Amino acid sequence: MSDSRAEMLGRIRRSLKRGALDETTAAPLNARLKEHKRNLIPKRAAGLDHRGQVALFAAMAEGVNATLVRVPSAQDVPGAVADYLSRLNLPARLVMTPDPALADIPWASRPMLEIRKGRAEDGDAAGVTACFAAVAETGTLMLHSGPESPTRNNFLPDTHIAVLRASQVVASYEDGFDRLRQKFAKAGGGFSLPRTINFITGPSRTADIEQKLELGAHGPRRLHIILIDDGQI
Amino acid sequence: MKPTSHAFKANARAALGDPKLQQAMTNLRAGFVERRALMVSRMPEWEQLRDQAVAIKKHTLAHLDFYLENFERNVVANGGQVHWCRDAAEANATVLSICRSLDAKTVTKGKSMIGEEMAVNDYLEANGITPVETDLGEYIIQIRHEGPSHIIAPAVHLVKEQVAESFRATHTHLDPNRKLDDARQMCDEARGIMRQKFLGADVGITGANFLIAETGSSIIVTNEGNGDLTQTLPRAHIVLASLEKMVPTLEDAATILRLLARSATGQEFSAYTTISTGPRRASDIDGPGQYHVVLLDNGRSALLGTEFEDMLRCIRCAACLNHCPVYEAIGGKSYGWVYPGPMGSVLTPSLLGIEEAGNLPNASTFCGRCESVCPMKIPLPKMMRHWREREFSRHLNPAAARWGILAWAFLATRPGLYRIFSDGAALVLGYFGKARGRFRSLPLAGGWTDFRDMPAPQGQSFHRLYARERRRKERA
Repeated sequence: MSDSRAEMLGRIRRSLKRGALDETTAAPLNARLKEHKRNLIPKRAAGLDHRGQVALFAAMAEGVNATLVRVPSAQDVPGAVADYLSRLNLPARLVMTPDPALADIPWASRPMLEIRKGRAEDGDAAGVTACFAAVAETGTLMLHSGPESPTRNNFLPDTHIAVLRASQVVASYEDGFDRLRQKFAKAGGGFSLPRTINFITGPSRTADIEQKLELGAHGPRRLHIILIDDGQI
Repeated sequence: MKPTSHAFKANARAALGDPKLQQAMTNLRAGFVERRALMVSRMPEWEQLRDQAVAIKKHTLAHLDFYLENFERNVVANGGQVHWCRDAAEANATVLSICRSLDAKTVTKGKSMIGEEMAVNDYLEANGITPVETDLGEYIIQIRHEGPSHIIAPAVHLVKEQVAESFRATHTHLDPNRKLDDARQMCDEARGIMRQKFLGADVGITGANFLIAETGSSIIVTNEGNGDLTQTLPRAHIVLASLEKMVPTLEDAATILRLLARSATGQEFSAYTTISTGPRRASDIDGPGQYHVVLLDNGRSALLGTEFEDMLRCIRCAACLNHCPVYEAIGGKSYGWVYPGPMGSVLTPSLLGIEEAGNLPNASTFCGRCESVCPMKIPLPKMMRHWREREFSRHLNPAAARWGILAWAFLATRPGLYRIFSDGAALVLGYFGKARGRFRSLPLAGGWTDFRDMPAPQGQSFHRLYARERRRKERA
């Protein structure tokens, strides 16, 4: 295997008509990586104030078949979840990620909701997760894996209910990356990503049969976003 | 997949006479072309994004060795492994040895064009491991034992009745009298079957739209969510990626991601864009225990520094296929291998050789739409012309074409002679065509007149008319 590595790198260098880069020539490249400078950010979202970004996020998400409800505070989330499930005639049974971001929600206020905490298994029809951030530009949720946020919960249940706070809405993917770089910063500088970052824009879909759009291909059939205004708006 | 690119002409003829294919191909326009145009119109910064994306890829390719080594270092730092593979055989052997080390019986697979290039499914199957394609389109062609006809919509050449027929033939455990009239029912059936495959698989294989040097991550972009279930549930995640998928940073990937979905499916953003870095962490409660990147060269390093280097910018969005009048008429399977349409007409000869694929760069009207819609501004027609030149200089065209081109070159590089010849031709054809104004048949021009009439010239060559007109203007 190491022969292949040397040979591939050798071929690349031969084609580029040079040898391996020395320290001086590599310095600007290392600086480029370290700086990770942003390229152009479209004005669509970046040109708005935060209130406008939240409104754009909601409109964009609804434009890709997600449903969205805005509630004033965390207190209102259990009611919003119960209403949503009953409106669709879905059982009031949920699998919920053991995420501390969902801990200040008074789930007991709706005793009809049957909630299991943990990772989703086959047969879990509906699930609740928190979010890491949301990108206004395209109505995209951002979630990451971790001990309290298993990735499979974003994909296995037919119905994905995502709880988002207005303060988590940012303009661009790059803003989301900045938040990741901050949250997962390493002591000695730099950062280390968690295993999985999911950008989720609407429910699962396919158009593989005659270009006809169908929702719910393999992932969730429904994506419902509960947006907590948190006194921000 | 054994290439049939050499039989392109026969393939194309058959495709033009296939009514089901012709019906299926009509979906392309409304599905992709119109939605792409709408999305581009909603992004005022489109051209600037294109220019920046081109610059990012050019920079990366010029320092590809540096970024690959950086990428590897970061993959390893996060607990993963990179396997450097010179060709498809080496890549297949690597995948097999990973599967064997885990005693794997079944493998789920997200859509990967590199997987198609390697023919990894055939290889695994021959070695006793069952691969299951999980993208709906890929699954349909897998159970039909076909190759893909489009790089993002592999079953676009089929009508729904053909899909239903294949489902009935394959899913024999289900009620034979069930309804399978529309796409919804077929999606649900596939969803149910695939769920058990996802949960039971030992290894998940995906492709990669990007490799990120800065973080040692791979990115996949999907709509169905199959790629995510494929890489999350099994014990190991294998990423198949060719080396030009590299970009330096997350920010660089974001710029190109803004172009990808809009160019491909005409979406603002695909439903799922997923960044994967290493295996599950010690405290994670799900995710694969191993993360392997199979890094494939397969002839690409030899394109660097040549007139075909620009092709390595390709992000496999398929906009060039969707806008190609030739592709639209004959479908993707006529091209005889995994990459059809304009990008395939450039890439296939690079990977398989011009002897096998010489017909492909000739299957273009040079209308230029492919280049104009390409988000990465790849000069596809120019590169097809390079292939035509190479084919000619290596005496690979048929004798009649060679002599025709030589005769034309002889005339066209001698203006005096050219004028005499064209004056003569215009005069003679003008005389004989005067009565009808058109020709039903002409010697040596059957390729034209078999399908349409040739308009008769008015008796004078363009050169002469132009000169006369100019003299008139000067006098006036």
